[in-house]
Amino acid sequence: MRPRANPLAALGAAAIAVCRATGRITLFAIEGISHLARPPFYGRLLLRALLDIGYYSLPVVALTAVFTGMVLALQSAIGLSRFNAESAIANLVVLSLTRELGPVLAGLMVAGRVGAAMAAELGTMRVTDQIDALSTLSTNPMKYLVTPRLAAAVIALPLLVVIADILGVLGGFVIASVKLGFNPHVYLANTLNFVQAGDVVSGLVKAAVFGFLVALMGCYQGYNSKGGAEGVGAATTNAVVSASVLILAFDYVLTELFFAR
Amino acid sequence: MSAEAKIRIRGLCKAFGNKVVLDGIDLDVAPGTSMVVIGGSGTGKSVLLKCVLGLLEPDAGSIEIDGRDVLALDRREAEAVRARIGMLFQNGALFDSLPVWENVAFGLLARKHVSRREARARAEEVLAQVGLGAEVASLWPAELSGGMQKRVGLARAIAAQPDILFFDEPTTGLDPIMGAVIDGLIVDCVKRLGSTAVAITHDMASARRIGDRAAMLFQGHLVWEGPAAGLLESGNAVVDQFTHGRREGPIQMELRR
Ligand SMILES: Nc1ncnc2c1ncn2[C@@H]1O[C@H](COP(=O)(O)OP(=O)(O)OP(=O)(O)O)[C@@H](O)[C@H]1O
Ligand SMILES: [Mg+2]
Repeated sequence: MRPRANPLAALGAAAIAVCRATGRITLFAIEGISHLARPPFYGRLLLRALLDIGYYSLPVVALTAVFTGMVLALQSAIGLSRFNAESAIANLVVLSLTRELGPVLAGLMVAGRVGAAMAAELGTMRVTDQIDALSTLSTNPMKYLVTPRLAAAVIALPLLVVIADILGVLGGFVIASVKLGFNPHVYLANTLNFVQAGDVVSGLVKAAVFGFLVALMGCYQGYNSKGGAEGVGAATTNAVVSASVLILAFDYVLTELFFAR
Repeated sequence: MSAEAKIRIRGLCKAFGNKVVLDGIDLDVAPGTSMVVIGGSGTGKSVLLKCVLGLLEPDAGSIEIDGRDVLALDRREAEAVRARIGMLFQNGALFDSLPVWENVAFGLLARKHVSRREARARAEEVLAQVGLGAEVASLWPAELSGGMQKRVGLARAIAAQPDILFFDEPTTGLDPIMGAVIDGLIVDCVKRLGSTAVAITHDMASARRIGDRAAMLFQGHLVWEGPAAGLLESGNAVVDQFTHGRREGPIQMELRR
């Protein structure tokens, strides 16, 4: 390799690398999705992935949501009490959670838990020839390994976020009524008055997209890993980092789409 | 003979970056026979098998199976042709998320419409052939010794009785008696089921037991091909050095460079 003295050349090379990776990942995603339309279907694997992604992520997502709801209530009470707008706390808590923090935090948590695990599992299968072995046994490895994970993540994340939304609001409710001494009935009534279907639905759409991104990056990095244990480690790191960055970037894009008018 | 070859390879080339691994391989394997490929570590024997299986894409050349060039067929047809090849990977490549019996029955479950109960019965039958008892069937691959993993990999390769079998070092890591048993099993598959086999091995005794013919891979070429029984008296300097394990000879020169 020639050393690249020219900074413009380095910039160009980086840009090309990004474009190339984007193209590869897009093709990978399209292939993964296309298998949804063609039998055989691996129902068992879908169920197992749902369990892995959804059920086993519940504790960590639930804890995150509860604490976030509590902190939101506390912080906004400090900020808003000066303006005597304590009733706005319910509003702020429920809107922040359903629109933003529920899906984003759940997405990030799942990226750390599930995206990493997918990359490690598929990466190990790649470097030990298990993926090659699948295709010698009349099984398409994309269909067998990637498609069920993509589908499961798209289904599971919105369900997780519904639970996160409810628990987060409850966390805020507990702080508001116990610590801040608000009337519990009024707080709940405020919450339900303020929140609209659009807030919740936009959050759930975000969640589905984030779930897809997490599974896509986990599978892509794992599936294409090479070079033994070190390669699998790198794939795992890349999966988590790229999924997290993509979640934040897509969060902006989706927010722009839904709310900026 | 080449007209009716089961596997016919012509001018096969494969390089990784600028490292040329296979450089114009020609090979014919007649139906119902077994070919043993020998060669030093890292000479590309596994790469050769993976090219035929479609796991690696060759840079040039043709690979015909039953007279059809798999590199020219469309993807679906090529998959159908290759579905008839069973492969034992060098490291076993067992699915560690599935118990042993599901590993062995994987091809059956994927391809044919057998019930899980039937598949399990068949898996236990094949496991018995490779000298593993029924109690092994419900273990996980991680709970097996290296040699046992190899035998499960072998059972998986032969379970669906494919008409072509590839073995990448089937007896490495087995004790001599089990090695002989596995060799016998491979011969049995070829003779009784009429399969065509290609086996890679470093074990000369095993090469002569398994093989009808043998070929030696060296520096990207098949430098010698002949009857496996004549491996030790090939008259080829490279093969002689390799089969007799001599330190002096043409292969040594390659190492020094
Ligand atoms: N996926 C790959 N990417 C880059 N290089 C590879 C790849 N696979 C194999 N090689 C290289 O090709 C060469 C041949 O590898 P191969 O695995 O075929 O050796 P082998 O003849 O099977 O050796 P052994 O007897 O040790 O198994 C090696 O030098 C290896 O570095
Ligand atoms: Mg090898």
